[in-house]
Amino acid sequence: MTEETIVNIGPSHPSTHGVCRIVVTLDGEVVVKAEPIIGHLHRGIEKMAENRTYLQVVPLTDRLDYVGSMYANWAYCRAVERLAGIRVPERAEYIRVIVCELQRIASHMMGIGSTGADTGAFTAFMYAFAQRDHVVELFEALCGSRLTYNYVRPGGVSMDLPDGWVEQVRSFVAQHPAAMMELDTLLFGNVIARARLKGVGVLPADTAVAWGTSGPTARGSGVNWDLRRDDPYSVYPRFDFEVPLGENGDCYDRARIRLWECVESCKIIDQALDQLEPGPVKAEGLPRLLAPRPGDAYDHIESARGSLGVYLVSDGSPRPYRMKVRSPAFCNLSVLPLLAEGHTLSDLVVIIGSLDPVFGEVDR
Amino acid sequence: MAFVDDLGAALDKTPGGGIILTSLDAVMDWSRGKSLWMMPMGTACCAMELIAASFSRFDFDRHGSIPRPDPRHCDVMVVAGTITRKMAPAVKRLYDQMPDPKWVIAMGNCAVSGGIFYYDTYSVIRGVDEFLPVDVYIAGCPPRPESLQDAILRLREQVSTDSIAPGKSRALKSELPSSGSPRKGERDAAGGDVG
Amino acid sequence: MNINELREHLCSQYPDLCPLFSVEFGDGVLVIDADRLHEAATDLRDLGFDRLGMVTAVDTRDEFELVYRLQSRQMHAGIFVKARVPRDEPTIASVTDLWPAANWQEREVFDMFGIVFTGHPDLRRILLTDDWVGYPLRKDYQDERIIRRPDYI
Repeated sequence: MTEETIVNIGPSHPSTHGVCRIVVTLDGEVVVKAEPIIGHLHRGIEKMAENRTYLQVVPLTDRLDYVGSMYANWAYCRAVERLAGIRVPERAEYIRVIVCELQRIASHMMGIGSTGADTGAFTAFMYAFAQRDHVVELFEALCGSRLTYNYVRPGGVSMDLPDGWVEQVRSFVAQHPAAMMELDTLLFGNVIARARLKGVGVLPADTAVAWGTSGPTARGSGVNWDLRRDDPYSVYPRFDFEVPLGENGDCYDRARIRLWECVESCKIIDQALDQLEPGPVKAEGLPRLLAPRPGDAYDHIESARGSLGVYLVSDGSPRPYRMKVRSPAFCNLSVLPLLAEGHTLSDLVVIIGSLDPVFGEVDR
Repeated sequence: MAFVDDLGAALDKTPGGGIILTSLDAVMDWSRGKSLWMMPMGTACCAMELIAASFSRFDFDRHGSIPRPDPRHCDVMVVAGTITRKMAPAVKRLYDQMPDPKWVIAMGNCAVSGGIFYYDTYSVIRGVDEFLPVDVYIAGCPPRPESLQDAILRLREQVSTDSIAPGKSRALKSELPSSGSPRKGERDAAGGDVG
Repeated sequence: MNINELREHLCSQYPDLCPLFSVEFGDGVLVIDADRLHEAATDLRDLGFDRLGMVTAVDTRDEFELVYRLQSRQMHAGIFVKARVPRDEPTIASVTDLWPAANWQEREVFDMFGIVFTGHPDLRRILLTDDWVGYPLRKDYQDERIIRRPDYI
């Protein structure tokens, strides 16, 4: 036991994946206590939503999880649709599934890539980011923006698919699994990466459930829970897909099941494109100014980080009385002090990366 | 760079020193402009475009702009994203740690003016220019990586007007009226890279 | 146990609350006194609600309404538990001992609404700075730094 040192990491540090400050108490190089201090990106989106109309809130939800904007769009729109009793046309549901599965790929590419960067395999980051760039380009063709899409709207989606887009998606989906296999060999077959990831930051399954984690963080520990399958929403029951599960709950499992999820997403997109029928993409007869009945509604979807929920309270006026975003990254990050204890400082970096937090969503 | 500053001041006062001064300025500005290392102060959405910009597709290394996480290595701070009241002291502190001469690029609407977070919010600072001197503003929510590229090239133009003598500046090539350009001060479209 | 059996069970367990227990969109809603919240939460956890999804509050201008969302993996069901606390002295028992997930979420509610959770191990501000004055998500929060958005609609 040497004298304890307190090291302050962040809020601007390349390994914290955003603006997170971590106060680490060290015994030599071993972490005794790690305390994340969040809120450096707290923008008050929930307060802002109280002075916007229901439609004007959609662009704000883009900025929550900026690596996967479509999810927050969708979760918010589902809550509004539930509150106002809007029925969404079938084609719009299919389009939503397609864009959200593409978004899952884009988001996971960032997550896997940064795991690579954290373990010193920067080439893997480049390979992953090339795949992400393809998806981002598809989204740009779809709605004109590379990151903040504002595409999913209450009652459907903002516009129909552009000409030739389906073929572009098909060619992307066709090459993606092979690229994932290559990335698997490149990153998870690498001896150094395996040594850095295996057995680091083990999260037992019961702890994962009790601490409210979800998504790949929980599934890496073997918690068999995926909202797409277990609380099916939209048209997900019509698709045949598997939910990859980890065994040990360490950083390796958490990072690697993201890769398999991308392959499963490709399967879903393929099936959705096959079943896609022409039709309207927006509900008919929606008023310009939505003013749902007084009451509350909650809906959640499986985002790339876990179950993303939106809780809306309406008082009958055209503005939400209260909006609460149940953010998966916030809950996932809360297990960081448990995971980091007893590991070295360099492993702390890997553990943060394996939780894949996005601070727009953690802090809101 | 105290020595360079003293030298610049001394040359400025010496009769005939201006010839040496302008030649020195040309060398200094050329070398500074071609290696603007970035301090990526990415806080929010724009940070994703900042990462995309330095990766293989947009490849910022070819402009000599390498992202360095250590402020002491950097010449230009790219503030990409919303700055909140909790974050601002950290940004200011990082800026103060950067060695002179230093520049700031405000990337994205949030860093320019608060953008979408201008109204109704209690925790966002409306533009990074409330506490930092900004040289180049990039609009967009978020701006494309090409916009950042343009900003770096414009900053290079600005750097090429600096003089090592205190309080002096060099004339810009593009500011001088030339037969090829339609208006004074407008960049020559065919001229490309200045500096 | 499915959601209907759960409803029957809760109705027998909390006879005085039965009229308030409604099933909307498949999610149960249980409205309960603030004093009995911890007791009911313990019950629900033992019934199989192993995940605490969300803790939040709503400022109804007269009082604060705490909203807990619990999830059960076995039943594939969710339930809302709502409790009201007075505005002038908002205090409620913490459920951190039942679900550690409540730790950060209750800190957030404290940060935004100023509701005190008794028995919470580490009740501090989480998102805002420690010296922040006021609780922003209260409807009567005043801050001269806020610029109100002009009404266009």
